[in-house]
Amino acid sequence: MGMLSAFANPHRFLALSNWLAPLFYALGAALIGWGLWQGLWIVPKDEYQGGDIMRVMFIHVPAAWLAMASYSAMAVASFTWFIWRHELADIAAKAIAPLGATWTALCLATGSVWGKPTWGTWWQWDDARMMSVLFLLFLFLGYMALRAAMDSRQKAARAGAILAMVGGLNVPLIKFSVDMFTSLHQDSSVITSEGPKMAAVYLWPLLMSGLGHSLLFGALVMTLMRAEIWTRRAARQRARLLAGA
Amino acid sequence: MQLGQRVYSGDDVQLLTASGLGILRGERVLFEGVSLTVAPGEAMVLRGPNGAGKTTLLRMLAGLTRPEAGRVNRDAALHWVGHRDGLKPNETPRTHLKLWAKAWGADADVDAILNDMGLSRPADVAARYLSAGQRRRTALARLMLEKRPVWLLDEPFTALDAEGRDRVLAMVAGHRQGGGAVVAAVHGDAGFAASREMVL
Amino acid sequence: MSPAPILSAFRQALGEAWAGGAGALLPLGFFAGAAVLVPLGIGTEPGMLRAVGPGILWVSLALSSLVTLERIFQADVEDGALDLWLQTSAPVSAIAAAKTFAHWLTAGLPLALMSPVLALMFQAEAGTDLLSGALIYGLGGLAFFFWGGVGAALSATVRRGGLLIALIALPLYVPTAIFGSMAMSDAAGGDSAPLLLVASTLFSLALAPFAMAAALRLAAD
Repeated sequence: MGMLSAFANPHRFLALSNWLAPLFYALGAALIGWGLWQGLWIVPKDEYQGGDIMRVMFIHVPAAWLAMASYSAMAVASFTWFIWRHELADIAAKAIAPLGATWTALCLATGSVWGKPTWGTWWQWDDARMMSVLFLLFLFLGYMALRAAMDSRQKAARAGAILAMVGGLNVPLIKFSVDMFTSLHQDSSVITSEGPKMAAVYLWPLLMSGLGHSLLFGALVMTLMRAEIWTRRAARQRARLLAGA
Repeated sequence: MQLGQRVYSGDDVQLLTASGLGILRGERVLFEGVSLTVAPGEAMVLRGPNGAGKTTLLRMLAGLTRPEAGRVNRDAALHWVGHRDGLKPNETPRTHLKLWAKAWGADADVDAILNDMGLSRPADVAARYLSAGQRRRTALARLMLEKRPVWLLDEPFTALDAEGRDRVLAMVAGHRQGGGAVVAAVHGDAGFAASREMVL
Repeated sequence: MSPAPILSAFRQALGEAWAGGAGALLPLGFFAGAAVLVPLGIGTEPGMLRAVGPGILWVSLALSSLVTLERIFQADVEDGALDLWLQTSAPVSAIAAAKTFAHWLTAGLPLALMSPVLALMFQAEAGTDLLSGALIYGLGGLAFFFWGGVGAALSATVRRGGLLIALIALPLYVPTAIFGSMAMSDAAGGDSAPLLLVASTLFSLALAPFAMAAALRLAAD
């Protein structure tokens, strides 16, 4: 049974995530809650950015950050697996994908909701963030679809790693090209709510929301990874039983 | 995969060695701890029921399938004739052999080989119109394009008639006499004296 | 290592692409589809067609790449030829690049060469811009084929993988589409766009073959 026990037994990860995940859930929920409370009730509204609807940026902007950061994390995890073949890295990449896709979709949905009353359209082709995030969504979906189409877990890991690394190397280029494209059409005022010129009253809830979303994301990733670890263990147990070992 | 081009004639030289090969099929262990060596002039026959892993083992020896445990030392160039023939629907036996002769940089008399394999008549017929046996002969004809020490054959006699079988056996005998080695997966009687048999 | 397997792979892919006359028909088909169907669909007002024309040709190029690539690696997996290509002395990345290049020659380049005609049908002004346009479409199409090739290689074992290839390739096509269309329009961004297009195409030529090679080794495993 030398081969099977060669798979990394992630005791340390399971022990760590056992308490870290609940902590992240709690902190994340608290920060998101505070950010939402600030965003929805406390901070003044900005008529220029659409009035009350612009409060959705406290979800929209952190979601955009997470979309980009989580794809990078998935690419790094894939690269780690590709070089060192540590199963935990593959499990991490597999777990990040659906969550990244969800936050990406959340960013697009909130952006759309923001855009409609403000500029009259459900979709703005000139918004660099929305476009970048849209392509990130395709990258996530493509990754998930490719893994699902492979015959075995090992092949899914290899295929996913190739795609995630190719995508990861392309993301800066995609972002650059999208930024170039949208900067040419900058007539309508775009959802520009970042940068040091933003008033501190917006900045703090935004940063705290960002941190909260990140913690929540991390907690969910750990939860999915734990579920995957147990699923794989169960499958191996079953295989051993069937083999009569 | 890099193939060596050295020619072996010594007695102590192993052309192909594998140790501790193992692989999973899903979560199930297909086989493990498989080791073998093949020396010049030897023929190893792999036997076993369908699904036992004969093809997988051969593919590991060829470097096509990655083992999950163990390693293969390929010291000599090898010829691979797998389950599938490697023929495109529009390829003819002649174009197929010419393609691979060129790709391998082999100076081969394609017409003579086609003749030897009994493919002179259908030499210019597209593969989609050939019988399974004729396609098999075409694939096996590749063995004659270039001299390589190791032959890996996956059920070489499939679809062959008695005459085809005899041809292949003659090829194998000639190859072994010249110092080459064969590893073949077969069902039933191999037809040649195997140095060793492995049952998966 | 000799270049012989690479040349053989290129020649065989070229032959396969032209097999049965489909080679010449495919780019013509897309060309006809774009040139004829689009004005029927969106109207014939000249100003609009002039504005829309370049974009339509980019879409045609992208579709052309996705359709042709679906089969090139999958056929090799299915008939066992991939096993033989993997065992030659040449790097698999070079063989994959040769096959992809051959398919661009038969399905991408013709569209680029026909682009002046298409541009004229879309009410563009006649002039040297049309020739530089063909060059732009040529470079852009090359990037499409190479990124699409990565998708095709990854999907080589997937039945009906066409949709998967499109999903994988689409984000990778974006920089080329953006730089290419910027290079076509004289409006803002003019000077740097062609250089950026060249750079992103070179990037694809440098990276995609290695990804294709890894994916093909996986497909044979």
